[in-house]
Amino acid sequence: MTKKEKLTPEEVVKSFESSFKSKIKSSQIKKRKAGSKKNEAVIIWLKIDKSAFKGAIEHLCKMQFPHLAVVSGNDLGETIELIYHFTLNYGGRMDEISLNISVELPKSKPEIETICDWIPGALVTEREKQEMLGVKIIGIPDDRRLFLPDDIPEGIYPWRRDETGPDKLYKNLHGVKK
Amino acid sequence: MKPKTTTKTTYHIPVGPIHPALKEPVFFEFEIDGERIVDVDVKLGHVHRGIEWASRKRNPVQILYLAERVCGICSYCHPAAFALAVEDIADIEIPERAEYLRVIQSELERICSHTLWAGVAAHEIGFDSVLFLTWQIREKALDLTEYLTGNRVTKAITMIGGVRRDITKDMLPTTQKGLQYLKDNFEKLRHVFLDDKTFKMRSQGCGILTKDDALKLCAVGPTTRASGVKKDVRVDISYFAYGDLDVSHITPDVLTGEVNGDVYDRIIVRLLEVKQSIDLIEQCLDKMPSGDIVAEPKIAKLLNQLKKVNGEGVGRHEAPRGEVIHYVKMDGNDAPFTWKIRAPTYNNILPWIPMLKGEQIADIPIVAASTDPCMSCTNRVGIVKDNKRYELAKEELHRLSVEKTRRLMR
Repeated sequence: MTKKEKLTPEEVVKSFESSFKSKIKSSQIKKRKAGSKKNEAVIIWLKIDKSAFKGAIEHLCKMQFPHLAVVSGNDLGETIELIYHFTLNYGGRMDEISLNISVELPKSKPEIETICDWIPGALVTEREKQEMLGVKIIGIPDDRRLFLPDDIPEGIYPWRRDETGPDKLYKNLHGVKK
Repeated sequence: MKPKTTTKTTYHIPVGPIHPALKEPVFFEFEIDGERIVDVDVKLGHVHRGIEWASRKRNPVQILYLAERVCGICSYCHPAAFALAVEDIADIEIPERAEYLRVIQSELERICSHTLWAGVAAHEIGFDSVLFLTWQIREKALDLTEYLTGNRVTKAITMIGGVRRDITKDMLPTTQKGLQYLKDNFEKLRHVFLDDKTFKMRSQGCGILTKDDALKLCAVGPTTRASGVKKDVRVDISYFAYGDLDVSHITPDVLTGEVNGDVYDRIIVRLLEVKQSIDLIEQCLDKMPSGDIVAEPKIAKLLNQLKKVNGEGVGRHEAPRGEVIHYVKMDGNDAPFTWKIRAPTYNNILPWIPMLKGEQIADIPIVAASTDPCMSCTNRVGIVKDNKRYELAKEELHRLSVEKTRRLMR
C-alpha cells in the first residue's frame, strides 16, 4: 500500500498504451482551467477492451494505489458501459489526476471480473452496479442487493433502457393512470 | 441479510433504520460478544428516491434544483458538482468573480455542517449543554447564509456558468461582522471539544480507522484525513478559485503531531476545518475581482446551448463530509442521458466496519456519528438473546452512552 512518486498524465496514458497496445481503444487527456491564476485540472478518459480490464486494474494498482471514487454506468443499447472513476497523485498541491476507465460489455453476456481483490472499497459500488444495471460481477465477495428494496422483482434493473428497465413498475407511482 | 450462525457466546442486535433525528436512515446489524462488537453488517437504501431517474425528464437548469434536494445539509455541494460536470462538457468558461463567490458559499456550508456535527457528537456522549452552545454559534453561520443567499437551507445559489447572487459592497460589513463572531467563538469551541478531559476519554482510542484501511476502503473527507491520508479535492485539483487561495490538507498531526485515526482525531480535523473555512472566506472577500457573476445570464439561451452538446464530464467538489462526484453524459437532448451522483457517505460506509469492531455497545452512537454519515442517532435496538426478545429504545441506547461518560467522569 505504498504510494509511489508523482505521475504525469502523459506517463499514465503512455504506460497503459505500451502495456496493452491495441486493447486501449481510445485515450484522451483533458485539461480545464479555473480561477484567476488559470491553474489546470487534468482528466484522463481511457476506453479499454473488456479482455484487458482486469490486467489494466492490476497495472494501475502496481503503478500507484489509486482512490476509487465510484463506478458509473450507461445503457448504450447494444452494450452496457461501465466507467471506473479513479484519482491518482492526491496529497500534493494541484497534482491530482482524475482517471476514468471505461469498459463496454455486450448485453448478451454482461459479465466483468470484480476488482475487490485489489481495491476492497469497490464492494459497495459493485453491488450497486449488479442491481441497477444487471451486470454480473464475477467473484464479488458479497452479492446481496444494496439499495433496492426486496419487493422489486428480480430481473428489473432501474438503469436499463430496454424491456428490463423499470417501466413496468411505473403504474405503482402516484399520478399514473392504471 | 444472510442468516448467520449464532454461537452461544455472541448475539445479534439490529440498530436502525428509522428515527426522526436520522438524516439518512441506515440499518446496522451487530454481532455482540458481551459488550464487544464482533462483526457489523450495514444495510442501505431506505431513502433511495430515484433522483437520478427523475432527472431523465428535466433539463440541466431544472436538475440544479433537484440536486439541491439530494441532501439538506449539502444543498450547495450537489448542484455545484453537477454544474461543474455540465460546464466541463459544454466548455463554459466561468467568470472569475463567480469562482470566488462559489468558494465563499461552499466554505460557509462547511462551517454550518461541521458545527452541526460537533453539536450532535456532544449530544451523543451526553453533553447537551455543549450541543446548545455549538448550535448557538451555528445559528450565526445560518444567519449569514440567509443574508448572502436568501435562504437558510436550500440556497438556490448555483447556476450553470456561475452563481445567482452577488455579494455587493454594501453587504460586506454585515458579512465581516458575522465572520468576526465565528472567529471570536471558535476558541471557545476548540477549548470545549479538544481540552476537556471527559471528551478525550470518550473519543481517544475509540473507533480507530488505520491509514491502510482508509486507503483500501476508499474513505473520503475528514474521515480519511483523520487517518492521515492527505486527500482533499480543494487542495488536490484546481477548481472554483481554490487554485488561487492558500489552502492545505488538514490532518490531526497539524495539532498533536501524531495520527491515531480515532474519534478524537476526527473532531480535531473538523474543528480545524471550521477555522480554515473562515480563513478561506476572508481570503476570497479580500482577493475577489470585480466582474460578471454568471457566464450566460439568459436561461433560454443557456439551455439552447446545452441542448446541442455531446459528451461526458465529471464534476468533483469537496463537500463537508468528503469528495462528492457527479458523472454526467449529454447526448444532444434536453435532458442529460445519464446523471450519477456519488455522495461522500457512500464511500464512508465500509470504513465503519473496522471502526466499530471491538468497540462497546455504548460507543456505537459516537463512533457511527464520527464519520458524519447523516446518521447521528439510532432508532431502536431489539436484542434477541436466548430466544427471548427485548427491545432497547433509542433513548435507552443514548442513556447507555451517557452513563458511560458519567462513569468515566467519576
